[in-house]
Amino acid sequence: MSLRRLSTTTLIQLLLIFNTVMVLYPIWVMSLSSFKSTREIFRNPFGLPESFNLDNFIKIWQQTNFPLYFRNSVVVTSGSIVLILILGIMAAYALGRYQFRGNELLYLFFLSGLMLPLRLALIPLFIELKAFGLINSHLGLIFIYAAQGLPSAVFIMTGFLRTLPSDLENAARIDGASELQILLRVMLPLTRPALVIVSIYNLVPVWNDFFFPLVFIQSENLKTLPLGLTVFMGQYSTDWAVLFAGLTAAAIPVIVLYVILSRQFIAGLTAGALK
Amino acid sequence: MKDGPNLTRTPPAKGGFRLGRRASRAIWLATLLVPPALLFLTFVVYPMISALVYSLYEWRGISRLGFYGLENFRTLLFDQPWQAWTINAFWHNVVVFVTLMVVQNAVALVLALILGSNPRGSRFYQVVFFLPVTLALVLVGFQWKLFLNPMFGVVNKLLDALSQGIERLVGLQVDLSQPWLGQESTALVALILVNAWRWLGFPTIVFLAGIRSIPHEYFEAARLDGANEWQVARHVTWPLLAPAVTIIVILTFIGSFNWFDLPYVMAGLDGPPGKSTDVLGLYFYRTAFGEVSGGLQNFGQGSALAVLMFLFILVVSVVWTRALRSREVELQ
Repeated sequence: MSLRRLSTTTLIQLLLIFNTVMVLYPIWVMSLSSFKSTREIFRNPFGLPESFNLDNFIKIWQQTNFPLYFRNSVVVTSGSIVLILILGIMAAYALGRYQFRGNELLYLFFLSGLMLPLRLALIPLFIELKAFGLINSHLGLIFIYAAQGLPSAVFIMTGFLRTLPSDLENAARIDGASELQILLRVMLPLTRPALVIVSIYNLVPVWNDFFFPLVFIQSENLKTLPLGLTVFMGQYSTDWAVLFAGLTAAAIPVIVLYVILSRQFIAGLTAGALK
Repeated sequence: MKDGPNLTRTPPAKGGFRLGRRASRAIWLATLLVPPALLFLTFVVYPMISALVYSLYEWRGISRLGFYGLENFRTLLFDQPWQAWTINAFWHNVVVFVTLMVVQNAVALVLALILGSNPRGSRFYQVVFFLPVTLALVLVGFQWKLFLNPMFGVVNKLLDALSQGIERLVGLQVDLSQPWLGQESTALVALILVNAWRWLGFPTIVFLAGIRSIPHEYFEAARLDGANEWQVARHVTWPLLAPAVTIIVILTFIGSFNWFDLPYVMAGLDGPPGKSTDVLGLYFYRTAFGEVSGGLQNFGQGSALAVLMFLFILVVSVVWTRALRSREVELQ
């Protein structure tokens, strides 16, 4: 019996290690390749590089638009998340803490967005952005991502706010605090966990989005990282050393952030699938 | 509206201010609700409704001509060559969904069951398995495109080594290396496997959360009754996991029919080779914004295709969710 249990434990560990290798090995090979020359990649794809020099990274940093794409992605992503958080908390606070006629209806109105695949409204969005002069602008992308992220933000934050006891505001009201002060000083600090979930829920999809920039951004100097990668892959198609360095450089910030905040990332990204 | 907060500072105690209090409360609520509602209306609701309207008009390029009835839909569904393209792309989406259910979600379920038994290092494994989910599909696509390169890619180099090993061991001459993305028979499958590599951690974690939410007593009771591990998994875990299964089936379905980034990046906008990787997402994009080879763009047909995809995804997900939910009840 104990021998059998031992072999089951071993089998389980072997399966888990096998899948770990399946996940990490491709990332490992990609990272190693970014230190090699193209010739070395072709000759010796699996082994360690001859030396761990940073030539490829220096090249992408100095000779390509990579830093620009990176900066653009930071601008668009942080802009979208700030807007989602501000507008999300406003709507969620009104819906979650006040009784008024039409409350439930408005809540459902926002929630309807959870079901709508906005990509399919690409053509009207294109015409609309063109009319607003927001084609080929970061602001246009930010508005789209914020609108797209709002339903989940309202859903998560309203649910959270409804669980907070009402004594909190009542006490503050008796102390003479204004509604705005109650929102900012009393409720906002308490909603921190929900804000983190909403941020991460939107952070990864917005940072990684390729579809909307592909259609709405044409200027080279406005392209975000995923779109920039396609330019980059075309320009250096034969220079595999540069390609692998570019992919690695694009992956590193996300991986580092994930390793530090893995618990929040996992909770945030699966928030849509778990109640 | 901008001085809403100031108004609320009116002393609430005096009777004469009652109406003012109610009005200021309304202003305060409007201040909170109007900006988010406006953004949502402008960039989600209005465009979604417009897509429906646009599909009923004839378009030349990006300018709208007259009312066209259901002509755009008829063209897509019944006229050649559009009908053939529509069916071809739709069929590939079906293949993507079915294959992902088998290779991605079934494997995820096994991994979740294993992790659910809390083996040593389970926390570490969870973090590792979920890692690719955070990487951009574009990045993953390019990475694997290089790996799958027929001449220099690591996949074929590994397979060459494996072929030689087999030859040496059993004397059988095999050549496992293939131009995976370059031939019609393997291109779509290769793309689906890359997608599974990127997404596997997601259903794994969702299933695992489902398993973890099952009360401990259920397992203990089953084991006390003499059930073996398989019986516990089959008769306790599986039925109680039904809600997680519902969500994953529906999300996989929606994801499969919105598939775009990976085939665009790894194969191309025309679904090469020979349209063997063409899916509805690519077809929609081509119809709306023109092909690589300078094809015509048609906003009317593009909108009609979007409406068809939307209705199909919506109807199937709603009906299927209902069916799966009633199964959940039955199982429990």
